[in-house]
Amino acid sequence: MSLLIAEQVIKRYNNHLALDGVSISVPRGSIFGLLGPNGAGKTTLIRIVNRITAPDSGQVIFDGHPLRADDVHQIGYLPEERGLYKKMKVGEQAVYLARLKGLSHADATAQLKTWFTKFGINAWWDKKIEELSKGMAQKLQFIVTILHKPKLLIFDEPFSGFDPVNVNLLKQEILNLKANGSTIIFSTHNMASVEELCDEIALINKSRVIVSGGLEEVRRKHGDNIVEVIYRGNEQALRGALSPAYTLLEQKEKNGQFISTIKINDPQPSNRLLQELIPHVEITGFREVIPSMNDIFIKLVS
Amino acid sequence: MNKIYLIIEREFLTRVKKKSFILTTLLTPLLFAALMVVPVLVQTIKDTDHKTIAVIDRSGLAQQALENTNELAFKFYPDATLDSLKNTFATEGLYAVVSIGELRNNTPSAVEMYAFKQPNLDVQKNIETRLERVVEQRKLDSYNISGLDTIMNSIKTQLDVKTFLWGEKGEEKASNSTVYMVLSYILSFMIYMFIFMFGNMVMRSVIEEKNNRVIEVIVSSVKPFQLMLGKIVGVASVGLLQFLIWIVLTLGISFIIGGIAAPSAPLPEQQEIVQQATQELGQSKDIIAMIAGINFLPIITSFILYFLFGYLLYASLFAAIGSAVENEADTQQLILPVTIPLIIGIFTMVHTFQYPDSALSFWASMIPLTSPMVMMARIPFGVPFWEVFLSLALLFFTFLAIVWFAGKIYRTGILMYGKKPSLAEMWKWLTYKN
Repeated sequence: MSLLIAEQVIKRYNNHLALDGVSISVPRGSIFGLLGPNGAGKTTLIRIVNRITAPDSGQVIFDGHPLRADDVHQIGYLPEERGLYKKMKVGEQAVYLARLKGLSHADATAQLKTWFTKFGINAWWDKKIEELSKGMAQKLQFIVTILHKPKLLIFDEPFSGFDPVNVNLLKQEILNLKANGSTIIFSTHNMASVEELCDEIALINKSRVIVSGGLEEVRRKHGDNIVEVIYRGNEQALRGALSPAYTLLEQKEKNGQFISTIKINDPQPSNRLLQELIPHVEITGFREVIPSMNDIFIKLVS
Repeated sequence: MNKIYLIIEREFLTRVKKKSFILTTLLTPLLFAALMVVPVLVQTIKDTDHKTIAVIDRSGLAQQALENTNELAFKFYPDATLDSLKNTFATEGLYAVVSIGELRNNTPSAVEMYAFKQPNLDVQKNIETRLERVVEQRKLDSYNISGLDTIMNSIKTQLDVKTFLWGEKGEEKASNSTVYMVLSYILSFMIYMFIFMFGNMVMRSVIEEKNNRVIEVIVSSVKPFQLMLGKIVGVASVGLLQFLIWIVLTLGISFIIGGIAAPSAPLPEQQEIVQQATQELGQSKDIIAMIAGINFLPIITSFILYFLFGYLLYASLFAAIGSAVENEADTQQLILPVTIPLIIGIFTMVHTFQYPDSALSFWASMIPLTSPMVMMARIPFGVPFWEVFLSLALLFFTFLAIVWFAGKIYRTGILMYGKKPSLAEMWKWLTYKN
């Protein structure tokens, strides 16, 4: 069951088609990676989901019904281009933003105090935003985004501006949110964090979705049937044992063992390769090589 | 609606709590009061230094005319020459040397004054007046008419033409075009100032939000149109509050300063001024009667209506411009189409308070972009109800159209970064679906 579905969304600016029939489906309780190069249309899609702008055609279904104005109370959005009112005090500003999302003054204050204690930033309450460092302001923005316990969270490059310690803290918080039932759309250019966090992905390029599905499924689908064999014995023997159905891509020696990367040319079970090799060498390791998201991204976009 | 209220509250409170707001709100009335009171005080301050003036009199009349006063001592040197006095000028501590020639005939150049430094105008006038009086008296005496003094006093005449306006029921009302002109000027200039000041404040605030990148966070919670309206209304309430405080403080301070200055007034030198003032009092009583006769209710009501809708109209335009740029320096070119009608309005107003019923005044008070200023300049002189009504209705509907139009530009503009758009591009934004 999906929390959010976009169907055939089209958005045009002047002569530029920002979204050309984009459809995505975000399962409940998952972390959904929205990927794509700069200018692909990710931000436009996110703005449509937030009702900041409207699609020219197509529709967005949220929680089983067409997206309504008051659904924005169920959405928390951390934009990539984010800032705060510089002259306002931290507490005042956080309460104001929370009230705009529908929380009462008392609720907002109480929950903020909890979060401030959790992040160890109670001392900031009466400081002005302009006195905070960039990282501190980012932390505050993260808290404000999740404060009203929205069903759907949208994070656009949430880790930019954080040091590695805080990146880990934030990742942990994001996983906690997921564990507590939130659905998260995560947009980033950092493919390592996509592999670490996402359950599903959609890759948008030139205003269209070019790949979507479960993370592992996508990676496997874009694997080129390459396996890695680790063995002891004679490397010439292995070379000789390979039938034309296989291509030896790479061969290296490490600690008295050989590691060969082999491409399986025709689709066939990898067991057959094992059977062919076992009589000739002593196999100590065998695994399928799955491409990284980084490789897939570069391959599909360039 | 609740969200608009939150925005209004924030816009209002963050401004009102600023130190700069508190300072300008408290100091400006002091400045106003100073502008009103200081010139009056300065006028009462006179040069009271004791001055000695040497007189070389060849007419024989000066001794009688030039009596010593508190400030001026006249020393007569019947035998001295200008050259000898020039040499002893410093040692005798002289202020000036007056040389008087033949005075019996009309010889304007018969009296000359010499000094090393420019003598002050008061001293010069003082000597002139006294000598004139003596010569006049002499001439009158030579006619040998008995009781001439009484006759002269009895023929002094002062005439003021009073104007009255007939109301619809035939009643009379005292009027005074000077009072109307002053009122007309003040009202219409205030509208201009408010629109400009607070319109700019709205624009700066829009730019700030865009520049800070806070805008996208906010519009994911509220509609851009709500944000724009909330901002405009919030700034307007700041303006009205400041205006009220100014009026109260200015009046208060003027009364206090006036109260301190008044009791010390009747110094001997000031008695003349007091007398003069008493003479004018009759006239100012009339003015007070006139001001009391003005029906202020319609004036205040229309002031508020014209301020409100004029401000709303212009503030939405200012907001639309602010949304299109990323810093204030970029506004200059875009802002021109908005400031030009405002400036035309203020120029027309200068014409209107002299000719409130001319064709130019009439049309400028109907056209919505200039009507807040020009109609406000006409209203103190009395304008038929239907004209005010029509002008307000036109203003109101234009305001609706402009807010709609500005809202469309605003919601696209606030999310656009990078190249500064041209007016033509902004026009295209109107077609975007939001």
